[in-house]
Amino acid sequence: MTTYYTNEHEWISVEGDVGTVGITKFAAEKLGDVVFVELPDAGKQVKKDADMAVVESVKAASDVYAPVNGEIVEGNAAIVDEPAKVNEDPEGAGWFVKIKLADKGQLTGLMDKAAYDAFCATQ
Amino acid sequence: MSESSNTPLKTTPLHGLHTRLGARMAEFGGYDMPIQYADGIMAEHNWTRTNAGLFDVSHMGPSFLLLPELGGCDEAHRKVSALVEKLVPSDIAGLAPGKVQLTVLLNENGGIIDDLMIGRPADPTRAGMLYIVVNAGTKENDFALIAKAAEGQAELRPADDRALIALQGPKAEEVIAGIFPEAVGLTFMNFVRLEDTDYGRVLITRCGYTGEDGFEMLIPAEHGEAFANRLLEDHRVQPSGLGARDSLRLEAGLCLYGHDLDTTKTPVAASLNWMISKTRRERGDFPGAQRILTELKDGVPSKRVGIKPLGRAPAREGTEVHNVNGEVIGVITSGGFGPTVNGPVAQGYVDTSYAKAGTPVKLLVRGKALDAEIASLPFVQARYKR
Repeated sequence: MTTYYTNEHEWISVEGDVGTVGITKFAAEKLGDVVFVELPDAGKQVKKDADMAVVESVKAASDVYAPVNGEIVEGNAAIVDEPAKVNEDPEGAGWFVKIKLADKGQLTGLMDKAAYDAFCATQ
Repeated sequence: MSESSNTPLKTTPLHGLHTRLGARMAEFGGYDMPIQYADGIMAEHNWTRTNAGLFDVSHMGPSFLLLPELGGCDEAHRKVSALVEKLVPSDIAGLAPGKVQLTVLLNENGGIIDDLMIGRPADPTRAGMLYIVVNAGTKENDFALIAKAAEGQAELRPADDRALIALQGPKAEEVIAGIFPEAVGLTFMNFVRLEDTDYGRVLITRCGYTGEDGFEMLIPAEHGEAFANRLLEDHRVQPSGLGARDSLRLEAGLCLYGHDLDTTKTPVAASLNWMISKTRRERGDFPGAQRILTELKDGVPSKRVGIKPLGRAPAREGTEVHNVNGEVIGVITSGGFGPTVNGPVAQGYVDTSYAKAGTPVKLLVRGKALDAEIASLPFVQARYKR
């Protein structure tokens, strides 16, 4: 299982054809307490860099973008019921969706952990 | 070449304290202000409702309007009140000594220029002075307006180079009792001036912007940080930023100028009829009086109300409000998440025929019409010491 990162602070962990997607610890920290999450329905087609989900803190709403093209397999009901889970474990139990990848080639354009950490240092 | 002017942000006397505490800072009203500290907005909001939150509100515009000579009791008070009454619809002349009034500055159309507090000194030897606190974002304009109204008869002395520190919450009184015991005797919307304290001359008002009991204290700038540190040493006190200040006041049904109030709103539309004193209605001697008196008699087309989204999604400023048939009937002017209510809360203006609490409405959020209902304000009951 390999994890890739986007410059919009999403992570995607790929196993076979399916990627689990969430927001990074860096993003969750910056956002503050999450109070609401809106996820796409299963079956929805998503496109790389397009709006996929919404995550809201007390102060503001933020968009979460699809890191790759694909189809939503499942949304994480746990974070819809308990948005605070996103802050507790953003890179684990606080995952947002699982996507069936349409084109695994798109992963080469994303950052690995080292590159992402370096990117965060510039933010 | 860049067109933008990079005017450096103003800072309050507590700026060093905020950066030392690791506050997340942002611009507000031309000042570099703390939005939140390490624990975050929810924790700060909840702490304020259960203990005591410390807020730096030095960005606001405290000021004094002074006759050339003070003292002489009622006559002097009436004289200085008449000057400010040129701009507000409230009975300032009739204020009891020590009393503070929340009111609005009006333009000739009856539109609201700002909301502000005006206080009459408790001490009769200081009659002829008014303590006036305006909002940060509008203070330059407000000061100019008040100074013009007072021209030749009284001097407006801005005091916005001092620290203005708010302590809000059910434990605020116990905390302040150990520092300024005189403040304990104050009731809601009263103030007192203390001389020769550990922190110099201090003005303490029992008021706030959270719905909780609390105090706002005007302290000489050079003592501001020492005073804040003294408060923070108390385990009942935690620092709170503008993020929590906003969620607290939203739950309390209080207006934010520039959002819930602006020059297109009259006090009647803003559901602030109580600010228009009976004596002023009878005299009709305030800006926009004709329009406002007509509105008091005949009603207004749209009114400020509370709006409660029934799901979990917050509906924020600018969200369209629809009736159940999908027709636009209003807009949200303030909206977000209320940690005490544990759900989304909002204020906005709707067509008066829909303004009754319980009326079902729809909110257009991200293209979807979400269920909501009109709600009475406040969302959280106030706990003032009356």
